[in-house]
Amino acid sequence: MGIGRRGFIKIAGLAALAGAFGKKTGNIFATENIIDTTQTKESLVGKRWAMVVDLRKCLQEKGCTKCMDACHKVHNVPAFDNPKDEIKWIWKESFEHTFEEQEHEYTYENIKHSPIPVLCNHCDNPPCVRVCPTQATFKGKDGIVVMDMHRCIGCRYCVAACPYGSRSFNWRDPRPFIKDIDPDFPTRMRGVVEKCNFCSERLAKGELPACVEACEEKALIFGDLEDPESKIRELLKSNFTIRRKPSLGTNPEIYYIV
Amino acid sequence: MLERALIGGKKYWIWVFILLGLIFIGTLFYLRQFNTGLTITGLKRDITWGFYIAQFTFLVGVAASAVMMVLPYYLHNAKEFGKMTILGEFLAIPAVIMCMLFIFVDMGQPFRILNVFLYPTLHSMMFWDTVALGGYLLLNIVISQVTLGAEKKGIYPPKWIKPIIILSIPWAVSIHTVTAFLYAGLPGRSFWLTAVLAPRFLASAFASGPALLILFAFLIRKVSKLDPGKEAISKMGLIVTYAMVINVFLILMELFTAFYSNIPEHMHHFQYLFFGLDGKSTLVPWMWTSVILAIISLILLLTPSLRKNEKILGIACFTVFGSIWIDKGLGMVVTGFIPSPFGKVIEYWPTFPEFMISVGVYAIGALIVTGLYKIALSIREEFQT
Amino acid sequence: MYDTGKIIGGLIIFLLLITFPVWYNAIGGKADMMPKPKIVTDAKQCVDDAAFMKTDHMNVLDQWRDLVVRDGLRFINAPDGKRYEMSLSNTCMSCHSNKSEFCDRCHNYLKVDPYCWDCHIEPKE
Repeated sequence: MGIGRRGFIKIAGLAALAGAFGKKTGNIFATENIIDTTQTKESLVGKRWAMVVDLRKCLQEKGCTKCMDACHKVHNVPAFDNPKDEIKWIWKESFEHTFEEQEHEYTYENIKHSPIPVLCNHCDNPPCVRVCPTQATFKGKDGIVVMDMHRCIGCRYCVAACPYGSRSFNWRDPRPFIKDIDPDFPTRMRGVVEKCNFCSERLAKGELPACVEACEEKALIFGDLEDPESKIRELLKSNFTIRRKPSLGTNPEIYYIV
Repeated sequence: MLERALIGGKKYWIWVFILLGLIFIGTLFYLRQFNTGLTITGLKRDITWGFYIAQFTFLVGVAASAVMMVLPYYLHNAKEFGKMTILGEFLAIPAVIMCMLFIFVDMGQPFRILNVFLYPTLHSMMFWDTVALGGYLLLNIVISQVTLGAEKKGIYPPKWIKPIIILSIPWAVSIHTVTAFLYAGLPGRSFWLTAVLAPRFLASAFASGPALLILFAFLIRKVSKLDPGKEAISKMGLIVTYAMVINVFLILMELFTAFYSNIPEHMHHFQYLFFGLDGKSTLVPWMWTSVILAIISLILLLTPSLRKNEKILGIACFTVFGSIWIDKGLGMVVTGFIPSPFGKVIEYWPTFPEFMISVGVYAIGALIVTGLYKIALSIREEFQT
Repeated sequence: MYDTGKIIGGLIIFLLLITFPVWYNAIGGKADMMPKPKIVTDAKQCVDDAAFMKTDHMNVLDQWRDLVVRDGLRFINAPDGKRYEMSLSNTCMSCHSNKSEFCDRCHNYLKVDPYCWDCHIEPKE
């Protein structure tokens, strides 16, 4: 008689489950390869990276896109012809759209329609990290909200969770839409989410983020909030700053001097 | 037992082949989506969840609604539901499978889906949603197999299945609650950030699911010699009535909070849905249709003489199902993204490939329902004669 | 047994078909052409032993991936004392820039299709 049809289906199901996890269990037998990591002397190391955007300086240059161009060039961010596929890491929105709660009928005219650079806020309490089902996005030890492209399943829960619209999804293969591929940084593939990464690959080599370096007005100031001597702490002490949607409790780390 | 799905008359096989055809077409479109990417859908940077996820949300509700028969029968000895619980479970299984399929077709990297289990993330509601749905599927497969198998042999089911059946009751509530939690905990999406979202989901689920089951009961009467019973259908009609009343009541509560507080952030979504915002009003006619259908359904259901008339009950069930499908399957997900985090109104409508893939998934669900119901009915018919 | 001739005949045909890859290649096929990846570089040594790299380079890359992306550690002290950046495109491919003669030779032979190159940039050849 044997196990019968039902028994066979049950065993096959269990075997399939075991097989699905088999590789991970097989790794128990793998020998550990010890890697001796090190830092370079030049690496910029921080505990809580943040940025101050000095809008007084930024708005001097009308129509300037240097920060966006630099970032998108260095990180192989594609430029799609169809706006619905758009991917952007740092870009400009008007004041009334960026700071909706602050805007009113009599907003200071100089700033009312002015373009404000916006990017991922690398929040201290990021809702995107809270919702990611695979920890593909997580908060690093240096305060940067990191995207692990290898683990992302493309569910876009983080995009829904982000209150700032900082994240973009690759709706299609980006490679054909990158004008000059920068060979020092990978591209992404379709089906994963991407966003500003605070240039962690540049920080490791002792360089400031690409947008900070590209800004000719020096309107973007990058620094470690946990370092009381940093320029950013000095600016926060001496200037009034606003952040986007602070009442949501995300604790965003991009501060705007108005 | 499964071989009983392969025995059927001409009409049965024509229906099966139509479904297989739709599945085939859907698969072709999905292959195109798999090769090119989700760009072939209507989704965009500012609206990242659309038709697929909306269908998933709606179908979780349908899956949960099986509990509305299991609960009265097993906890309150409502004997008239005895014949219908299997129909509820056999609807829950394909509903959950369709949910999983809709998630699969929506994912950017579907073959990485095991990452959710390889790297379990206890603070992510999506992790718990996969656990809850997977568990519910297993529960229903085990319960239906054991109870139907026992019925086929003409004996009572074994005692140990009873606690498992009782477990399926809170589990059914939890699958839709955790799905609501996906939305209701996101700080940036004020349309979803309401405590009433989970209760609303459950109320609409317990109205639309049993409504569908009533329609299936009528269908069963037509295509087989079986009759689920006037008592059962009448009680189900009552459940649909109460659930629809609560659902509409909760919607009205949301409208009150939004408009009496007059907070723009809360009002904007409802203004977009019912009146249009910034000149954009794609969903307005749909939402008003949903409202009219809801009003008709309440008139028909709340009038006892109308509700007791089975033909009119059938019409009421169609209107309930249609109204809630528009509300959940079109209005609910997309509106969370409108206005965008920058206050802009950007619209969405599914593309033709997206629609055909969805039809393919629905066809897979319909095929499984057809097969499972065929099995249940053929066992019942044999047992009766 | 019944139909002995047909059964034995069928079994022989089955065995022949199923062992086709073995005897076909033994007779005159290309199976004995082991891939010989070509190394064209001035560097004296890889980041680790060649033999170890042959068997474990994918594990090394996986470890590097987790260290760089998830732990934020980008540099290692290799056994030869040098300091390397843990990067497929920038470190590995800087010496093994002839991907089609090196990586692809074995990968194509074994029908291995690593999708790393969907994102990580291949060196121009």
